[in-house]
Amino acid sequence: MAPREEVAVAAAATDKRARFHWGLLAAGALGFCLPLTAAVLPEDRADALYHAYSGGGLEVNGPSYLARKQLGKYTSLFGNYYVDAISSASIDVVTTASQYTERREEKTLGGDFLYEKTLFNLSFTNSEESDFSARSAAFGISHSMFGDLTTVSLGYGQGWDTIRRRATTGSGTDPDFEKKADRQRYRLGLSQVLSKNALINLNYELVTDEGYLNNPYRSVRFLNGSGGYDYQSEVYPNTRTSHALGLKVLYYLPYRAAVHGEVRGFMDTWGINALIGEVGYVHPLGKDWTFEASYRYYTQSRADFYSDLFPRQDAQNYLARDKELSTYVSHGLGLGASYHFAQRGWGFIDKGSLNLKYNYMQFNYQDFRDLRVEGYTPGTEPLYSFSAHVLRLFISIWY
Amino acid sequence: MKHLQRTLPALVLLLGLFAATTALALEVGSTAPDFTLKSRSGENIKLSELRGEVVMVNFWASWCAPCRQEMPLLEELHDRYADLGFTLLGVNVEEDSNAALDLLKEIPVTFPILFDSRNDVSRLYNVVAMPTTVILDRDGAVRYVHKGYLPGYEDEYRKQIKELIRE
Amino acid sequence: MSRAPLSSLRRALLLATAAALLAGCSGIEPWVKPYERANLADPIMSFSRDPVADSYVNHVYEAREGARGAEGGGGGGCGCN
Repeated sequence: MAPREEVAVAAAATDKRARFHWGLLAAGALGFCLPLTAAVLPEDRADALYHAYSGGGLEVNGPSYLARKQLGKYTSLFGNYYVDAISSASIDVVTTASQYTERREEKTLGGDFLYEKTLFNLSFTNSEESDFSARSAAFGISHSMFGDLTTVSLGYGQGWDTIRRRATTGSGTDPDFEKKADRQRYRLGLSQVLSKNALINLNYELVTDEGYLNNPYRSVRFLNGSGGYDYQSEVYPNTRTSHALGLKVLYYLPYRAAVHGEVRGFMDTWGINALIGEVGYVHPLGKDWTFEASYRYYTQSRADFYSDLFPRQDAQNYLARDKELSTYVSHGLGLGASYHFAQRGWGFIDKGSLNLKYNYMQFNYQDFRDLRVEGYTPGTEPLYSFSAHVLRLFISIWY
Repeated sequence: MKHLQRTLPALVLLLGLFAATTALALEVGSTAPDFTLKSRSGENIKLSELRGEVVMVNFWASWCAPCRQEMPLLEELHDRYADLGFTLLGVNVEEDSNAALDLLKEIPVTFPILFDSRNDVSRLYNVVAMPTTVILDRDGAVRYVHKGYLPGYEDEYRKQIKELIRE
Repeated sequence: MSRAPLSSLRRALLLATAAALLAGCSGIEPWVKPYERANLADPIMSFSRDPVADSYVNHVYEAREGARGAEGGGGGGCGCN
C-alpha cells in the first residue's frame, strides 16, 4: 500500500474532521448563545457578512446573512443563512492529490420569547455538505434578578450528525458508508454587574459526544520497521465528554472606551487540556467611528491517544494524528474598525454600521511534524507551524 | 429515574427563583414625596404646587431604549389632556444632561423636562426600573406606578389619566 | 460515561441555585441603581456587539482548536424593563 496515494486519494484534510463540529457549533453560536439581556428582547437588526479564512493551504469564504424582527410584544424571530465555499490543499494532502473544493450550507431559524424578567430562546439549525449533514436544536432560559444586576442562564442543545465518505471512484459518496454522531451541550451562565463601570461573566459548559467521532479520510502513521513509515486509519473512542469554564470581564474607561479580558480552561476525557487568554480594547472616536484591538493566547496539551508517529501498526486501541488534538500554542491578533452611519435614522433604518475585522493567527505545533519535506528520518521532520488570516467585512442595520 | 429524583429539587428551587418579585417601596395611596427640580426652561418646578392637577412623573434617560420609545407617546398624552387638568413631568436622571438635550432635539416634546442630575428624586421615589412612570391624583397621592415600558402601556396610561381627571 | 456528565450537571445546578438564593435572602441591596447604568448601557459595554461576526470567529476557533464551549456572554446592558 503506497501511503502517499492513500492519503492523496482520500483528500484528507484536518479541516474536514474539524467541520464535523460545525453543525452544532454554529447553531450554538447563533441561536443558542445565552441571551444578551434578560429583561428586553434582542434588537431588530439585519446583518450581511462576508467572511474569508486563509491559512495552512485551506481557504474558506462565503456570506452569512442574519435578519431579526420582533413580532408582537413578547416575541422576536430570527433567521440565518450561511455558506462556506471551501478550497483545500492543506498539509494532509501530500503529493499530487488534487485540491478539493466543497460547499457547505447552513440555515438556522429561531426565536426569543419574553415573559416578565425571563427570556426563553429556541433555535433549529441544519448544515449540509456533500459528505456531512448536521441537524441541531437548542433551548435556553435567561433570567434577570437582584435589581437586574444578576442574570442567570441555562441552556441545552442537541445535535445529530450524519457522516458519509466520498466515493474513491466516480462522484458522490460511498453508499456503504454512513455513520452517526450525537452531541449534547449543557450551559450555565452567570452575569453580574460589579459596579457602574464593570461587568463580569462566568460560563460553564459541558459537551458530550457519542458515535463516530473521527474523520473517514484521515490516517495515522507508524514506523514500518524498514526505516520508513506506513499509514493506517485513525481510530477514536466513540464517546467524548468535555468541560469548559470561562470568566470574562468588561470595564468602562472614563473617557469612553472599554477594556475586556477573558480566561478560559478546558479539559476532556480524551486527555486534552487547554487554556485560553484574551485581552482587548475598544475605542470609539467621536460619534462615527469605533476601533478595537485584541490579543489571544491559546495553549493545548495533546489527547492521550495522539501521536505523530506510532512505533508499529495497531500500537494502541485508539490512534490519532490530527494536529488539532496535538500539543501546540497559538497566538492571535485582532483589529477592527466600524463606521456608524444613519445615526439619526434614514427611511426605515434607525442606525447602521459598516465594519471590517481582521484576525491573524499563528499556530506552532510541538508534536506534529511537517511531512511535506523530504530527506528526514521519520520522527525528525521539522515541527509544523502555519499562520492564518481571517477577514470579516459586514454591514449591519437596525430598524 | 433516580437521577431525576435527585436533580428535581434543584430544578424546582431554580424555577422558584423565576417567580420571585421585588417589593415596591412607593406606597399606593400615600402622598407622593415633594421635590423641587430645575426645568429645561430654567425655572424651578415644585411638585406640591401642582396640586389640583393630575400629575404623571416619568423617569427617563437617553440611553434607555424603552424610554426613547415611550417619549412620543407621552407627548401625545400631554397634548390631549393638558387642557383638562393634566400635567406631565419628564424627569431626566442623567448626571450629564447633554445626552438628554441631544435626544430632545431628535424627539421634541412640549411637556416640562426636569433634571435630576444628583438622583435625589430617583432615590426618593425608589426608581427600580427604567423607565418608571408614577401617576398622582389631584390631591398629590400616588395612584399608579408603572415599572418599565412595553408597547401597550400607553393605553393603560390613558385609561388611568381619564379616570383620575373625572374624579 | 453517561453517569458522569449528569452528576456534574447536578452539582452545577445546586451551586447556581445556592448562589442565586443567597443573593436574594442576604439582605444586600442592589448597589447599582437602574438610573446609574448609563455606562453599562453603552453599546461598547456589550460582550457581543455583533452576534453574526462573533459567532463566525468562534466557529473558526472551534474548527482549528481542540477546545470547545463556554465562549458565551450576556447580561449587563441598560437593565430596562
